[in-house]
Amino acid sequence: MDKLINDFSFGLFIWQVLIFVGLIFLLKKFAWKPILDAVNDREEGIKNALLSAENARKEMQNLQADNQRILQEARLERDNMLKDAREMKEKMVADAKNEAQAQGLKMIEQAKAAIEGEKNAAMAELKLQVSTLSLSIAEKLLKDELSNKEAQTKLVEKMLGDVKLN
Amino acid sequence: MVISNKPLRFIIATLVACLPLISFANPEMDSVKVKTEVAHESAEAAHAEPTDVKSKIKEFINHHLLDSHDFTLSVNEETGEHYGVSLPIILWDNGLQVFLSSKFHHGEEIAEHNGNYYVLHHEKIYKTQADGELTEGENGFPTNVRPIDFSITKSVIGIMLVSLFMFLLFGSLAKSYSKNNGIASGVGRVFEPLVLYVRDEIAIPNIGEKNYKKYMSYLLTIFFFILFLNILGLMPLGFNVTGNIAITVSLAILTYIITTLTANKNYWGHIFWMPGVPTPMKFILAPIELLGTIIKPFSLMIRLYANMLAGHVVLMSIIGLMFIFKSWIGSTLSFGLAFALSILEILVAFLQAYIFTMLSALYFGAGNEEHHHDEAHH
Repeated sequence: MDKLINDFSFGLFIWQVLIFVGLIFLLKKFAWKPILDAVNDREEGIKNALLSAENARKEMQNLQADNQRILQEARLERDNMLKDAREMKEKMVADAKNEAQAQGLKMIEQAKAAIEGEKNAAMAELKLQVSTLSLSIAEKLLKDELSNKEAQTKLVEKMLGDVKLN
Repeated sequence: MVISNKPLRFIIATLVACLPLISFANPEMDSVKVKTEVAHESAEAAHAEPTDVKSKIKEFINHHLLDSHDFTLSVNEETGEHYGVSLPIILWDNGLQVFLSSKFHHGEEIAEHNGNYYVLHHEKIYKTQADGELTEGENGFPTNVRPIDFSITKSVIGIMLVSLFMFLLFGSLAKSYSKNNGIASGVGRVFEPLVLYVRDEIAIPNIGEKNYKKYMSYLLTIFFFILFLNILGLMPLGFNVTGNIAITVSLAILTYIITTLTANKNYWGHIFWMPGVPTPMKFILAPIELLGTIIKPFSLMIRLYANMLAGHVVLMSIIGLMFIFKSWIGSTLSFGLAFALSILEILVAFLQAYIFTMLSALYFGAGNEEHHHDEAHH
């Protein structure tokens, strides 16, 4: 302990305190403050950059999800439209078919009616003609028959004979 | 929560702090320097008159551990010529007495200045009569008057060199940030991780996010100051600054003053009126706690001093062994051992700087603790 106290140099102690305290204040002003500030700024910057990168990533994800959704919707809409169109087409085809059928039936009906009419007319004509023709034939025949007495009597007799048979 | 893991950290730090007490290390392992040492030691022998190699080495080591009033790089044993620089001697002895250390001729002569006579004895300056006689006291030290010695000694030169180096280094680092858009460049860049380490691993965990900023300047300065001085001590220039009690005393006192001045009410409350113990105990605890505040920086002082001193002693002794063995096996072994220990001493240089800073931060943190103890006490 004596040696330790003897070794203690007061002058060196004073020099050390003076220089060291001076050094602390000098370094504080010219080194530590700027260094720590710069490092802090840099760390803040890095933190902010990371944060904004994260935000950008999230936004990107949102956008992507949006895109996906929109695409999905568009696809759905397209499918719906296609389906509608197909249905419409089928309906139109079916309608057309039905109408055509109805039209055809109607035409056939008309044609049938016309044919019937024509046939009736033709039959009436024919009947008329046949009756006229038979009348004229009968007239001619009767005229012919009645001009000849003998023949008339013969006819009457023949007819009478037929009746007798009955 | 903060409290509960602090004692644990403290214990670990203390254990780590004690580790180098078991191991050691030191400077000069350069073979060229070894020659210098031999020369130096022999010169020492010239006036101390030790006859055998062992006492010469002992003398030399003792001489190295002390501060020095001149900066001697090498000594020519035959002619007694010293190669180096004389340093100014500044004494306060009825006014300022300033002269160059060359007047002492490395302790061989009596220096006369303004009619006063001074003698350099084991790097201490004593005032004597014209004959230069020292009267030895009962404890083995001369009883002559010692004028207050403000000399620019080798240690002061070391402090100045390191301070200048730190100022230039960290000044340039600080400037490089603004020049290079917030990214360090140049030499100082190497030390940026250490600055961040002190902030993130020493200051913030021990002091807390809220208060650490006001201590940063002190912690950073003390960390690099001790680190650079320790490393300077490892270089073959023969500096032993951090192994000097005056240096560690001043650093410890600064830590004590800062802790005391910045401590909050809670800290003093715990010292003088410990909460959560019976009242009679409070009277017993107060002086113990008060003593504790002084013992803490005292342990800081002794730890750094003893570590660096012991490192220098052991390594220099092992280097000295080379000259005792004087055989190629023994000397080679000694050299290998000295080499290994020098590497260990580099670790110690970092470790001691870390521990001093770490414990200072721990004390500052204790002085700034907020009042959330109660649950921790019960």
